[in-house]
Amino acid sequence: MESKVKKMLFILSKATIENAYAAFVMANGARMEGIESEIFFTFFGLEAIQKKKLEHLHVATVGNPAMHIPTMLGGLPGVEALATKMMKKEMEKLDMPPIGEFLEILSDSGCKLWGCKLAVDMFHLKREDLIDELDGILTIGDFYSRADQEGCQIVFI
Amino acid sequence: MKKIIANKEIDVNEEGYLVDFSQWDKEVSECIAGECNIVMTDKHWEVIEYLQDKHHKEEALSIRGIKKSGVINIKEFYNLFPGGPLKKSTLIAGIPKPKSCI
Repeated sequence: MESKVKKMLFILSKATIENAYAAFVMANGARMEGIESEIFFTFFGLEAIQKKKLEHLHVATVGNPAMHIPTMLGGLPGVEALATKMMKKEMEKLDMPPIGEFLEILSDSGCKLWGCKLAVDMFHLKREDLIDELDGILTIGDFYSRADQEGCQIVFI
Repeated sequence: MKKIIANKEIDVNEEGYLVDFSQWDKEVSECIAGECNIVMTDKHWEVIEYLQDKHHKEEALSIRGIKKSGVINIKEFYNLFPGGPLKKSTLIAGIPKPKSCI
């Protein structure tokens, strides 16, 4: 049956690896089903599209009960890096691409990638700090206007 | 269930995917492609052959695999099979729909 969802619009506001992948997998999954998709990167989500930072995203080991390690341990030096390394290894086994390659795949698949103007200004970022695949820098109002047809869904991550 | 494709009785599942690859031939492919409003070109066939080869080697299909395939890039892939490229291309290739989320 045809899906009633025609366009998925994601707002990524966090830079932990699990949140970035959640947005990417859902945005890519939409394109694979013939559904339009776009991602708006705001606040810490901007780390995922900064050339210098995107390959260094971490999984959160503090304040994340699903890690099943005591919060005190999660805060020790190196624990976050180790947990991230382990998670990346598992992802590679499932053929999940690293962040940079995933962004290329999304862009080639026709998923639109946008930076949030307010957050870009706040972090004093320049266009050249951000990935070349970026389609532009928008205000939130501009982004809402992308929901221009029946069957649009906006998801905040 | 059975479906008449290119004047042949073909076994398909509820989504229209062939369940027995031995019933596949180019005419069947062209007929299914027609239902998807796709006119097959040499490039389409090249991709279909690549997908069938992967399937027969029991290697999982993914969009990342397409990127690395050397046969086609992702942009072209979306252009050749609009509206869900892996879904459409595997349907035409007579192989099962990939189960992967990526």
